[in-house]
Order: sequence, then structure tokens, then C-alpha cells
Amino acid sequence: MNISKNLTYFFILPAVLSLAAVLMLALWGLKPGIDLVGGSLLEVTYASGRPAVADLQAATAPLTLGEVRIQPAGDASYIIRTKALSNTEEQSLAKALGVPQRGQVDQFTTVGPAIGAELLQKAWIAIVLVVLCTIVFIAFAFRGVSEPVASWKYGIVAIITLLHDILIPAGLFALLGHLVGAEVDALFIVALLTILGISINDTIVVFDRIRENLRLNSEHRKREEFDSVVGRSIVQTIARSINTSMTVIIVLAALYFLGPETTKYFSLTLIVGMIAGTYSSIFLASPLLVVWERWSASGNKK
Amino acid sequence: MLGRLILATLSTMFAIRYWSVIILIVAAAIGFFVYTTTHSTSSGQAGQGRFDFKLGLDLSGGTHLVYNTDTSKVGKADLQDALTALRQVIERRVNAFGVGEPVVQVEQGGALGTGQYRLVVELPGITDVNEAVKRIGETPVLEFKLVKKEFENNMQDAQGVPNPAAFEDTGLTGTYLTRASLQFDSATGVSAPVVRVDFNSEGKKLFGDITSANVGRLLAIFLDGNIISAPVIKDKITDGTAIISGNFTAEQAKETVRNLNLGALPLPIALQSTQTIGATLGSDALRAGLLAGIVGFLLLAAFMIFWYRLPGLVAVVSLFIYCVLMLAIFKLIPVVLTSAGIAGFILSVGLAVDANVLIAERLKEELAAGKTAQIAIREGFARAWLAIRDSNTAHLIAAVILFWFATSLIKGFALVFGLGVLVSMLSAITISRTFMLALGLNEQSKLGRFFMLSGLTK
Repeated sequence: MNISKNLTYFFILPAVLSLAAVLMLALWGLKPGIDLVGGSLLEVTYASGRPAVADLQAATAPLTLGEVRIQPAGDASYIIRTKALSNTEEQSLAKALGVPQRGQVDQFTTVGPAIGAELLQKAWIAIVLVVLCTIVFIAFAFRGVSEPVASWKYGIVAIITLLHDILIPAGLFALLGHLVGAEVDALFIVALLTILGISINDTIVVFDRIRENLRLNSEHRKREEFDSVVGRSIVQTIARSINTSMTVIIVLAALYFLGPETTKYFSLTLIVGMIAGTYSSIFLASPLLVVWERWSASGNKK
Repeated sequence: MLGRLILATLSTMFAIRYWSVIILIVAAAIGFFVYTTTHSTSSGQAGQGRFDFKLGLDLSGGTHLVYNTDTSKVGKADLQDALTALRQVIERRVNAFGVGEPVVQVEQGGALGTGQYRLVVELPGITDVNEAVKRIGETPVLEFKLVKKEFENNMQDAQGVPNPAAFEDTGLTGTYLTRASLQFDSATGVSAPVVRVDFNSEGKKLFGDITSANVGRLLAIFLDGNIISAPVIKDKITDGTAIISGNFTAEQAKETVRNLNLGALPLPIALQSTQTIGATLGSDALRAGLLAGIVGFLLLAAFMIFWYRLPGLVAVVSLFIYCVLMLAIFKLIPVVLTSAGIAGFILSVGLAVDANVLIAERLKEELAAGKTAQIAIREGFARAWLAIRDSNTAHLIAAVILFWFATSLIKGFALVFGLGVLVSMLSAITISRTFMLALGLNEQSKLGRFFMLSGLTK
């Protein structure tokens, strides 16, 4: 595989997708779930056919509970989201929705704003911690300096790749939030942090191979262009990268299609993150390294 | 010389096969333990035996309540005692519900765990949150406060809301109560119901000190933040009893006595969050999680065997042992399973084969480089080890931070995921390696080539 020839094509996919993700995030942003900002969520199942959303909106309007968002769930249920309700407010809301004559409450969750804010704060701390630990981990994994690319450059490229892997699922959720009102909850953050751990591996495995090949070349006093070393390393690791992601995607797909409702978006986030992580380790990380090497090489010549 | 070498090879081969048989027997025994200790009721929920899987509320159905505690009135030294007492009182109330295994715990909130203390109550099987909240919340908070001289005539507004500036805390609260009883006071001519409270020795001393130092002042008695009565302290009271004479009806007085006896709360609490999951929704989620796990495993097994043939089959066997080990650990610790935890387990199954894929790929390379099967297996494992160690380190970092991040939902995920990473390192490396070596295939035979060299062109 001749990386240097196809380099520009390699960048197209990650560049376009990242741009699209940034656009969607800027346009629509992410909708935080009630566990992060506080609020109430009520799921009501209507065994004998559910009423129209407009009827329920009209029935709940006199309660003055602020915005009441009603979304269909499954075949016979609605999920109703409001501000954080007190117990009496919840009872009157349930009554307005036809409980217990027509419907039945499947779940009711209220998160106080203080607890939501605290979880959000914890989430930020966790994100910062995981990112810091990952950077330390990358620095550790690439501590040996090797020619012709300095080891810190591997680290920077790995971090750019990670950024891309996080950006893609976040962009998807901005889109889903816009289209079907998908919210990001604590599990979404967990999924992102898990992606960080998984996708750093794919990148490290390719980079490891590049370094191993560079070392073997210098041991055997063999001259080889850097981009051809990178190309060879990608070919050597591509089966591993795709297959390890495949095994995870297989089980996550089972979880997405068959698993419980609560973890649907969680598995979707992970699947998208896994796919992004796999192609970015092949099509983004290594080509980026080659481009950088070329830039600095041409800079040195001047 | 040659004979000795062959003998040595044979004896290591014997030792490895011996070990792989032992691994299989132990795994079967653990599997038997997991199987026989799992009881399923008709509704699909786990049973209640000692080693049954512990299910979280989102899978078993129930109510989860979070209360904030107001600790501003309690000194640092007494804080832990007050919190313990609070937990015990709520536990008594909750036990009166008669639900299986309720959980009452105090935890500290705040992003860094330095915030307000919170009371978490979990009631499996209770889905009427209003009833639950009412029965927990109806426990009264009893407080005695001195009325400041200048506020004696206006300690509360027209609606009966007490003016907080009018009172001095005395430190005497329901914590010091030993018993409340109903009495009838005929001092006013008509026999009116009153509530008599008896203090323990500390309360008796405190009450004595307060009354002796403040003769002539008003002592307001608060129940749940409302002034019930504010009698004048006529004399020092040393027998440790107080009479609360609000304008009670006999019924009200009786209820107050019952509530005080069942436990006056040592700290005021306020409901912050509630979560109720219906039993059907919970068991549906459990069934869906199990189905996803089983189907995911079968698909994964098919993929591994199809792609990697013999090493794939070995990976599937060791993956099966991995699952059995994890389930046994869930039972022994015990780990409370939630839908997030099940998702974590399923994810860890996918990641656990990661190591096997790394090893199988390396194995192919070593064989392609012309090494014999036994040497290729050993070297393949040795060279894959670094990559396996690195990837698992990255996962463990995430799991540890997530465990700290921890709401109970995420703690479940992080714990299962972290355990999975650790156990999978054992199963992928030790178990797979032993099995591969024990099979002792010869790469020169046709059968050996077919089993080992999938996708290899040379």
C-alpha cells in the first residue's frame, strides 16, 4: 500500500465527518438529560391504545407545570419530561394524563436541580481526569525517542485522533437530539470515556508497529522511506484493528437491538465511537504522522 | 541425548495437558455453582437466596429516594452520631414496609465528596412513591427552642409561620427522647389530650439546665418546624419529662405519640430525588439484557471460530470460562447488577476477545515466519503481551475514574467493567495459552495447517 500517493484521499473521510460533527454541535448543541440538570421524567403506558399527544398537552396545560414534553416510547407508552416536580405536582400530572383509569405509570424519576448540577460537575471532573491520564499514558507509551519522528509527535497525533473519535459520536447526538430529541445523560459521558480508552489502543498498536519496523530497519541497516514504513505497518496491523473492533461491535449491536431501553443510546454511542476509532487509527493517525514528518523534513532542507 | 529431549518435551506436554484438564474441571465446578445458586421466579426476577444475583432497582422494580439532611444545627463532634441515629430511625420506618432487603445509607454529596450529607433509601418492590414518601416523611422532627424576650408577643406571623429570628436553639431535640405517651390534662377544667415525652439521662440533664437557667421565659416546642406550644417555664424541671399541650384532638395526640415513639428524626431531611421503576419494566429490561448477552456471545463465537478456526475456538472456550468466572464473582462479592452493569459486562466480553485476536494475529505471523507451532504459540503470546498490557491499562484507568465518578448507576458499570478487564487478562493469557499448547498441533500436517493458518497466503 502506497500511503504517500493516496494521502489526500485518506484525510477526506475523517475531515468531512469531523466538520459535520462540529457543525451539528454548533447548530443544535447537546440536550442534557434530567440526571445532569434536574427535572422529572414520567413514563406512562396505555394498554388500550394511547391518546394523541395534542390531547395530553391540552390536558396538562391547566396544571402550569412549565414546559411539558411528551414523546412516544415503544408501542403504547409516552415519556413525559418536565421541570423537577414535587410529589403533589406529580400526582396531579399523572391524573391529568389519565392515570390510573387509562394508563399506568411505568417509571417516575425526579432529580433535584442541585443533585443534577453536582453530577454534571462530577462528569466534567471525570472527563478532565480521564483526558489527563490518557495524555500521561500516551507520554509513557511513547517515551522512547525514535527517528525520524520525535516521540512527542506521536503523542500529539494520538490526541488529535482521540479528539476526532469523541467528536463523531458527540456530533451524532447533536443530530439525534435535533431529530428525535435524544438527550445526553451520565451514561453518554461514560460511553465517551470508554471510547477514549478503547480508541487510544488502536492508535497505539499501529504506532507501536511503526516504531518496531523503524527499529528493525535500523538494526538491519536497511533504508526505507518513512511513508513506506507507515504503509507497511498499517497493512500488518489492519486485520487486528478491524477484528478487535468487530468483536466489540458485534456484542454492542446485540445490546443495541435486543438490550434494555436504558442502554440503547449508550450502545449506539459506543458503536459509533468504535467505528470512528478504528478508521481514525488507519486513515487519520498514521497519515497525519507522515504529513508532519514531510513538513518538518522540508523545513529542515531550507 | 535426543531421547532425553523427546522425553522432556513429552513431560512438559503432559504437564500442560494436566493443567488444561484441571482448568476445565475447576471451570465446570464454578459453572455448577453459578447454575445451582441461581433461582428464577416466574416473573423473571432473581430470587432471594444467599448466592442469587443481586439486582438493582432498575431491573427488579422499586423506589429510590434521595434526601438532603440539614446538619447545620449539629456540632461537628455529634455529626456522625446524629447521622447514624438518622439512618437507624429511617431503617426502622422502612422495615415496617415489609419489603425484601431495603437499603438505607448515608453518603456525602458534592463533586468531591465534601458536600451535604444525603440519605439514600431503596425500596425494592415498592412502586407507589407517594405512599413511600409519606410514610417515611411523616416522622416528626421534635425541637425545643427558647423564645427571645423581645419576640414573646410576635414569634410567629398571622399565618402561624414562625419567625426564625425569634428563637434560640437549646440543642434539645427528639434525639434525646426515650418515650412519648398520651395523657389527659384536666388543669383547664376540660380534660384535654396532651403528649408527655420522657428524655434519656443526657436529655434530662439538658432539660434541667435549660429550665433552671431560664425560669420565666417561654420555651417553644416545635414539631416538624411548626410551633405546637410555647409554655412558660415556671420552675426547674429535673425529672426529665415534658408535657406538650397543643390544641390536640385525641386523634392528633395519639398520632403524634406514635410518630414520636417510632422515631423522632435527629436531623431534618428534605426530599431531593425520587426514582420509581415498575416491576414489569424492570423484568423486561432484565430479560432484554440477558437476551442481548446470550445472542452477543453466540455471534461473537461464530465470528471467532469462522475467522480464526482453532485459535478462535480456543478463544471461545476461554471466553466462556471468563463469563462463568465473572458470574461467580458477581455472586460472591456480591455485585448489584443494573442495566448499566449488564452493558458493562457485555462490552467486557467483546473486549476480552481482543487479547485473543492479538495473540492469534501474532501467531499467524510467527508461523508465516517459518517457526514450529509450539514455538510460534509461545512467541505469539509473549509478543502480544505488551499490547494486551497497554490496552488493559487504558481500560482500567477509565474504569477507576468512572467508579469514583459514581452515581450508583455508573458505579455498577465501572465495577463490572474494571473486574472484566482484570479477569479477562487472566483468561486470555493463561487459559488460552494452556489450551493452545495442550492441543499440541503440528503445523506440518494438513489438519494443523487448516486449523491454524486461516487467511495465510504462504
